[in-house]
This record gives sequence, C-alpha cells and structure tokens, in this order.
Amino acid sequence: MENTNTKRTVLVTTVCLLVLFALVIALEQMIAPTSKWAMLLTVIKKGSVYALVAVSMNLLNGFTGLFSLGQAGFMLLGAYTYAIFTIPVENRTAVYQYFDGGIIQFCLPWIIALLLAGVVAAFFAYLIGLPVLRLKSDYLAIATLGFAEIIRAICQWDKLGPITNGSNVLKSYTRFNSFKIDLGGTTISLATLAPVAIAAVCILVIVLLINSSYGRAFKAIRDDEIAAEAMGINLFKHKQLAFCTSSFFAGIGGAMLAMFAGTVQATQFKSAMTYEFLLIVVIGGMGSITGSTLASFLFIAASEWWLRGLDMGKFLGIEAPDIFRNGFRLVVFSVIIMIFVLFFRKGIMGTKELPDLFKRRKKAEKEAAE
Amino acid sequence: MEFFHTNLPHLLSGISVGGQYALIAIGYTMVYGILRLINFAHGDVFMVAGLMMVYLSAALPLYITIPLVVLLTALLGFTIEKVAYKPLRNSPRMSVMISAIGVSYLLQNLALYITGGLNQNYPAIPWISDTVTIFGAVTKRVTIITPFLTIALVVALVMFINHTKTGMAMRAVAKDFETSQLMGIKINHIISMTFVVGSLLAGIGSLLYFSNYPGVTPTVGAMPGLKAFVAAVFGGIGSIPGAVIGAFIIGICENIIKGAGLTTFSDAFTFVLLIIILVAKPTGLFGEKATDKV
Repeated sequence: MENTNTKRTVLVTTVCLLVLFALVIALEQMIAPTSKWAMLLTVIKKGSVYALVAVSMNLLNGFTGLFSLGQAGFMLLGAYTYAIFTIPVENRTAVYQYFDGGIIQFCLPWIIALLLAGVVAAFFAYLIGLPVLRLKSDYLAIATLGFAEIIRAICQWDKLGPITNGSNVLKSYTRFNSFKIDLGGTTISLATLAPVAIAAVCILVIVLLINSSYGRAFKAIRDDEIAAEAMGINLFKHKQLAFCTSSFFAGIGGAMLAMFAGTVQATQFKSAMTYEFLLIVVIGGMGSITGSTLASFLFIAASEWWLRGLDMGKFLGIEAPDIFRNGFRLVVFSVIIMIFVLFFRKGIMGTKELPDLFKRRKKAEKEAAE
Repeated sequence: MEFFHTNLPHLLSGISVGGQYALIAIGYTMVYGILRLINFAHGDVFMVAGLMMVYLSAALPLYITIPLVVLLTALLGFTIEKVAYKPLRNSPRMSVMISAIGVSYLLQNLALYITGGLNQNYPAIPWISDTVTIFGAVTKRVTIITPFLTIALVVALVMFINHTKTGMAMRAVAKDFETSQLMGIKINHIISMTFVVGSLLAGIGSLLYFSNYPGVTPTVGAMPGLKAFVAAVFGGIGSIPGAVIGAFIIGICENIIKGAGLTTFSDAFTFVLLIIILVAKPTGLFGEKATDKV
C-alpha cells in the first residue's frame, strides 16, 4: 500500500512537472515580445526566482522556526559567485576595466557556476552558523541581518576589486535570454523555461527534504526545542543543516536573479530585500511551500504588472495623476501586507499544501457518497 | 599630539553621532525591556521625524515647528504601537516582529511616495547649525551640543524611571509582565508611555542628526536604527546607561574607521561588534544576569 502510494506520487509529480514545462515552452512561443501579454513571461521568470528564495526562507523560518534575516547576504554571495565565474574571458577586460581585467582568467559552464553559487553560500552559512545558531529568535535575526550587511560591505571593498569588481557592476555573463536550442533552422527560446525548471527542481529537493526524517526533526524543533532535544534530536546539527540548505538555495536563487537581471551590484542586496521575502513568506503562510510559491508569483505579478497603473496615473480606468504617481503602488502594497500581518496571520495557505486541498475534497466526496 | 590633531575631527563627530545613536537606542532598549520586541520600525520613526521637520518648517516658523515635530513623533510611536503591536500582544514573538518589519516597510514606502524618492534638504536651524572652531577643528555647533544634551536627557530619563510612579510601573512591567498586571498596573498604558518616551527621544535625535547631514531620504533611518539597536545590545539590552555608553562607543569607533579611509567597513564594523558581543557576552556590558538569549 505504502509502496504503490509513493510510486503514484512520483508519477503524478513527474507528469505535472512535464506538463508545466511543456506549457511554459508553448507560452513562450505564442507570446510575441511586443504583445501586452509579454509581461506574463517576465512575471514567470522573476516569479520563479522569488519562489525559490521564498521557499528557501520558509524552510528556515516556517519549518525550522529559526528567524533568520540573512537571505539577501546569501543571495549576494550566490549572485557574485555565478557572475564572476561565467563572464567570458574576452569580456573581462571590459567588465573589470578599473582592475586590469581581474585576476580570474577562466570561465565555467553556467550549470557548474550555478551549483558553485549554492556551495559558496552554504559554506559561508556553515561558518556563520557556528557562532550564530546558538542564539535565540530575535538575536539570531539581528545577527544574520548584520552578517548580510558585512558581506555587502566586503563585496564593495576595492581591495577585493580584482575579484568582485569593487562597487562596480558585473555584467555580460550568461543570462536566461541566451538559453535557446536550434531545431532545424527554427530557434526555440528557453529563456522562460530555464528559471522555471531550475526553480522547480530546487523546490522539489526542498520538499523531499521536508518530508524526510530530517524534515520531521525540523518541525519538531520548531514546535518545541526542549521536547525535540529530549527525543534525541541533535539541535545544533539539525539547525546547521537547515541553515546551510536554506542558504544553498538562496545562493542559487541569487545566481538566478543575476541571470534574470543581467547585471549584479552589491547595493541591490539590502536588508529591504530580505524583508520583501519575509513578507512574501508571511502572505503565503509560514510553513507552506505551495503558499510561498503562490505568494511569490502573486507578489511579482502585482508589483510588475497589475498594479503598474498605480504608478502611471491610470488604474482601473480612473485617471488621477496627482494620486497615482511614482511610489503609490508600493504604499498600496505595504497596506495589503499589513492587513495580512494583522488580520490574516495564517496567510493564504496556512500550513497546508496544495495536495492537502485535494485530499480534503476527496474525503468530503467519500463522506457524501456514504 | 600629531595623532590627536589628525583624529580630533573624527573624534568630535564620533561623539556627536554617538549621542544621536544614544537617543535612538534608548527607544529600542526600553521597548525591548518591556515587550521583548525589536522594534524594527523605530529607525523609520526617526526618518519620519526628519521628513516632518522638512515639510512643517516650510510652512511654520521654527519655534513652533521644533516642538511640534517632537510631539508628532511621539504621537506616531503611540499610534504604531496601538495599531500594529497591541492586537498581537498574545501571539508569538515572531508575529510581532514581522509586524514591526511590515510597519517599517510601510513607513519607508510612504516616505518614498511623499518625497518622490528625492533627497529633501533639511532646514538649517539657526545657532545650532552654525560652524564653530575648537582646537583648530572646524565643526558645526550641533556637534558640541549633542553629547551634553544627550547626557542631560538621559539623566532626566533615569530620574523619571527611578523616582516617579510611572517609572516604577515601567520597571515592574519590564521585570514581570503578568505579575505587574495582577498588581493593578495598567500595562497598556505603561507600554504606550514607553513608546511615547522612546519616540520623543528619537524625534530629538533626528533634529540633531539631520542638522549634521545634508538631507533626508526614505531609507536614511534604517542604518542608524540598526546601529542604535546594536548599541542597545552592546550595552546590555534593557539598560539605559548601557545603551548610551554602547552608542558612544559605536559612534566613535565608526568615525575613526572612516577617518582611517575604510569607509566601506564603518557599517560592517558595527555588526562584527554585535556578533562578537552576542557570542562572548550575550548580556552586554550592563545587562541583567538572568537571560534566555543563549
């Protein structure tokens, strides 16, 4: 029984993923870059990046109960690692124009650089975790926040310029837009599929981790640390594992953000960025992967697409350039977020996942049939 | 003597910045002492005080604006507590902290909308914005006034906490929330009072801070806010003299680092200090012994 169930889940997941990928490829072919639906593709790309980082943050904050605010720092590490290693050698003189072309004179394939981005972030997470994970809730939050700021300062230091390009931008590395395949004359762009696929695979790994015995230990730590320790769970080891895994995926998310944006600069990764992800996690529901994913896409769709009018003077047919001017969108946004924080503390999904909703319906149907 | 001369300007501005951090840090330390909440919005309250000064001084004379700004800042702190923290009093600490981050996000975005993201020039306050020369170092008069004003305010605050009934109630609530409620202390009133005092001092701090700097931008409050919090932790959270000493140390060190040509690291230094103090002596310099931080 158990075995067939697992097999079915694997099958369903694989089919769902393949359908999703096919859909994304089809969408990309159908939408012309000039049509008004082109925004949808941007939303899908950026949404996938955000979804991955939000899920990685949820792993820490929602599932393990560690209130960490270092996400932007780990993303920065990931983004920089990726960018530094994928700039083609011939472009290095142009990018590192103030540092004689930098000291790294080779270029890695993008997939290796992407993994390396995660590894570097996880390595730093391991180092910082040694002292910091012994702290409790709010001290952990402020220490990780501080760590992110330290990383940002170090990346901008001009003594490290030959590697990080100081406070100048890193650019002309492999981006999502350069992903395409040639099929007998017609090129099929994979610029949207790439982020969706990477994010989907990473989120799948996180889901598997959460459903493993490690995941159950994480939840036990979240619910009651002392009880968990009494049950024989090694607190520090599990916290460290959650912290490193979360940072690994935050690093990959950072690299993906770099691939999406095309340029990397340390000033992007301020603590405001971490706050944004935290609020996404809260809106989606602390402890729900589906919630975080959904909330990420909603957040990006709202901020990049639906609420654009609030900044442009025209929204829902109402023209009021005096009220709907630059920044109004963000004000509306923060009010919505505050409403969630104060009145819908469980978020969209609470601690439920998507399959739970189907299960409940099935149960209800069964009861109705009886 | 040579060292003294080259470093005097940095030392002076360090003491001054330290005093300004101290006024913000008191707000953090008092709120943390009572609610066990890092009030992430406190730095933004400080920024809003700066913006209010910019807008009000355009319409009203300074002798009305200054007290008005301080009062409005206190009102802002009071309102934030009532709207965003009070409904969450019985929920987990993490929810309240998220609410604080939400308020900070809201205030920053509101400021961004109102200012249009542009740097707003802070009005020059006569007398305290004038330049003076001491020991050959040229500086604004506010630099000299700040430490004295800070110390005077801190002494007044300590007197208030140690010798008035409200102050006694504050100490009681900080010690034990539930028992003090049983003893007939109106905790909601005391908590509001704490926010009012904290914001009042942040308002004064903003007057001093922005007189020294060219202008106000929506994100200007975040960094001083975090540094003030670190100062509060460094001095031992919940302890007012601790917060003040911590703030002076951070202000001075930061400016000496800037003077040594390592400006990029002046912010990072604060957080290195934080991590060191949390690992080595989590109670801070003057913190209470009993703690569950670690």
